[in-house]
Order: sequence, then C-alpha cells, then structure tokens
Amino acid sequence: METMTIAGKALQLDADGNLANHNDWNEEVARELGVQEGIPELTTQHWAVINFMRSVFEKEGDAPSIRRLTKESGVDTKTLYQLFPKGPAKRAARIAGLPKPKGCI
Amino acid sequence: MLILGGGTAGTMMANKLASALDERDWRITVVDGTEEHYYQPGFLFVPFGTYGIRDIVKPRRKYLPGRIKFILSGIEHIEAEKKTVKLSGGEMLSYDCLIIATGADIHPEQIEGMLDEEWGRSKFDFYTPTGADRLGQFLKGWQGGKLVVSIAEMPIKCPVAPLEFLFLADAYFTERGMRNKVDLQLVTPLSGAFTKPVANRVLGEFMERKGISVTPDFGIARVDNQEKKLVAWDETEVSYDLLVSIPTNMGDSCIARSEMGNELNFVPTNKKTLEADGLEDVFVLGDASNLPSSKAGSVAHFQSEILLKNILEHIEGRPACANYDGHANCFIESGFGKGLLIDFNYETEPLRGKFPLPGIGPFKLLGESRVNHYGKLMFRWAYWNLLLRGVELPIKAEMSMAGKVRG
Repeated sequence: METMTIAGKALQLDADGNLANHNDWNEEVARELGVQEGIPELTTQHWAVINFMRSVFEKEGDAPSIRRLTKESGVDTKTLYQLFPKGPAKRAARIAGLPKPKGCI
Repeated sequence: MLILGGGTAGTMMANKLASALDERDWRITVVDGTEEHYYQPGFLFVPFGTYGIRDIVKPRRKYLPGRIKFILSGIEHIEAEKKTVKLSGGEMLSYDCLIIATGADIHPEQIEGMLDEEWGRSKFDFYTPTGADRLGQFLKGWQGGKLVVSIAEMPIKCPVAPLEFLFLADAYFTERGMRNKVDLQLVTPLSGAFTKPVANRVLGEFMERKGISVTPDFGIARVDNQEKKLVAWDETEVSYDLLVSIPTNMGDSCIARSEMGNELNFVPTNKKTLEADGLEDVFVLGDASNLPSSKAGSVAHFQSEILLKNILEHIEGRPACANYDGHANCFIESGFGKGLLIDFNYETEPLRGKFPLPGIGPFKLLGESRVNHYGKLMFRWAYWNLLLRGVELPIKAEMSMAGKVRG
C-alpha cells in the first residue's frame, strides 16, 4: 500500500489515492489534500460540504453522490462544481479523507 | 412469497423458489406492470440492425409457469410495517416474505433540455425498445457527422454498454464505408473509459486504437438544443450532430412512494445478505438495490443463488448466512465479430487471463477474441432457456481467481 507524507505524517493511501484510514484525517490534512486537488484555500462553503460528507460516511459507510450533496448539503450543483472543479463528489471525498463514493462505479 | 418485478431478477428468483419451496406451504406471486419481457442485453444490437425488437421480446407469463401466479399491475407502494403492498388499482396484497426486484429505468427528464421535440430526432437512447428502434431507423439514413455518446451520471445499467455501443458503431460505419465521415466521442462524468484501473487501461487503449475520443470528468448540466451542444456545470461544452444519451438511471417510482429509497430510488440493501436495511422479511434483488455492484443480469443471477440460500434459512428462522461477494461477469462487444470478457467482484477488479468454462471455454479475459463474441450471441439462447428458468449454470456465484493474472 502506498504512503504519502501529508501534514508531516506518513499516511497510507488506497488504490484511488484517497486516505486508506479515514481516522488519519484532520483539518490540516484536509487543507493539504485541498492544495493537491488544486484548491489553495478551503472556504466556509468547502467546509460545509466536507463536513456533510464525513457525517454521511460515519452514519452509512459510504460518501454521498453529487445528487445527494445537491439535495441535502445546502449547496447547489453549479456551486459544487465551482468549489470542487470536475468531480465534486470524488474530489470532496478525497479532501474529506474518505474513499471514493461507491456510486461512481 | 411476493416478488415485485417480473424482469430478469424477479423471474429467475420465482423459478428458483418454485423448485425449492413446498407447494403446500407457499404461494408465489409476481407483480409487474407490463406483459412484455425484453432481453435487455439485446438492446445494444438493435441500432445496428443485428436484432429487431421482435427478436428480443417474449411474454413474461411464459417464463412464470405452473404454480407461479402473475398479476399484471403497477405498484402503488409498499407498507413494510403492515407487510402489505398496495397495487395501482387499490388492491392490497399481504406477504410473509417480500422480494423487491423492480429494476432501474432511464430518466431523460432529469437532464435539462433533453426531452424536447428533438428527442427521437437528433437525440436518442438505446436502453428502451422505442429508443433503440428509433435510433436504428435513424442510423440507416444518416450521412455522418459527430456522434456523441453521453453518460449523465452513475450508476447506470450495464456500465460497459456505452463503450460497446461505440465499438459497434466504429465497425458499423467502417463496414458501410463511411467511417471517415463519422467522429465518435464518449462524454463521461468518470475520469476515464471505465473506473477500475486495469480495465480502464485496456479499454482506453481500445478506444484510442479505434479512433474514439473521450471527454472525461464532464458533469452534464443541460442540453442546448439550438446550438446542438452539451453544457457542463462548469460551462465547458461539447457539440454534437447525433446525441446518444445514457440518461440518469433510477429505481421504480413505487420505491419513492414507499419512502424506502435513496436519492435515486434505489433501496438501501445489505451488500452481503441482500436483506433490505432495517426492514423485516424484505429482500432486494438485481438493479433495484443500492449495492456497489454492477447493474447487470449476471449480477442478478449470482445474487439469486445467494438469496435463495438466505431465504431458505430465513424461513427456518435462522439468520442469513450466504454472502454475496459482488461478482459480475460480462461480455463486451468490441466490433468486427470480436469481444472481451470481464469478471470481477467488490474487491477484485477485472483482470487479464483465461476464464475456464467446461465444455465451451476457455474465454480470454480482458482481451479480444472471436469466442468471446460468440459467447455473447449464444447468451441470448441461454438467457431464455436456462437463466430465467432458474437452471443452474456452470459459473459459480462466488468469483474465482482461477486463470487470472494480477497487474
């Protein structure tokens, strides 16, 4: 399994390059993953999405799809694509320290 | 024993249960809203004239024989707490055990601008009998241009079908001597042709060799019918002359009315035992579930073997003990009389190698061969005569690593 030094710690990654263990995550890790994803600074709206994703994952064991984010996170689809360009669910999940949403299969 | 849906999953399961359950103790009922059972893998071939619609449809009742009762009706909703199902006409059915096999359908109306007067003229689907047939009529007279296959969002039924459509289109236009007049392009919300790394690499190479371009990471927001272009949420655009759309796939509306589904009306289901999450005596089979397995007939087939064991345990009051591993197995048509075969599960991505099958195989995994193509065509016969009837096939429900090569 690949490891990567993020926020000063060697963390294990899964096959998609997401954190293998979501408990390794903290806000500093999120900020550094954000930079890797081309998002230099995480705004309040980014955090709202990230925290929503983590809360769904903790309850259900899977990160939500874009459709569910639009429906329940309070951020509309257009804004989601502005916040996390190209693949909001995929990108936000990575920054949130979660595996790629299974809905992407 | 009440089964909602008389498609691949429901029919197969009804037949398996008819052999396994004592007639004195159990009545088996299947409810479906239509009389026609379509062989859905056949839709792919209709636009290219290989099959006509009549070649791929049979009456549902023919495959639900003997003791199985068929009710032709829509479903209003399920009341799991009262263990009843209300039909569209108001009739109430009660059950001891319920199997939800209501499948998935396309929803072009979910994409802004998709359903207008151009739907069926310059924009088509091939996931419905009407759509596949109309597209076939259109292709016969088409003079060429830019053909775009657009996937709206995941999951979709048969995730390789869009790629197969492009491979077959490449062969179709080549054989008609007009390939140089046709530009083929896949527009997908995924990061590549397929999500799993090894298959993505192999299929990506195929696309390149066949001159099919891919626009990845495209989240479609709307169709601009005036300009004939797809517009993404980030305002990037792809123009088309002919659009072949794979619209949003959703579970049946009765699931939404029962307030049992997720945001796409798929029923949250235990990925191993196939029990509906949090509901007593309810199981989910095939495309209707939210499982992270492919929505495909082979998946429904492998699941049905696991489900049969679990239902028999459940009836005896024992906990479900058989576990589904996410096994899927599908032939991919690659055009010019050839095909590929992929075999995978929740944990193991599709790999290269050989797939042993006594008497017929071996089939080549993730590589092109003529045998794979004949395997796919032969499958239509096996579908009607073996699969739906619940006859045991020589492929195990649990995925095997035999013949596979890592990397």
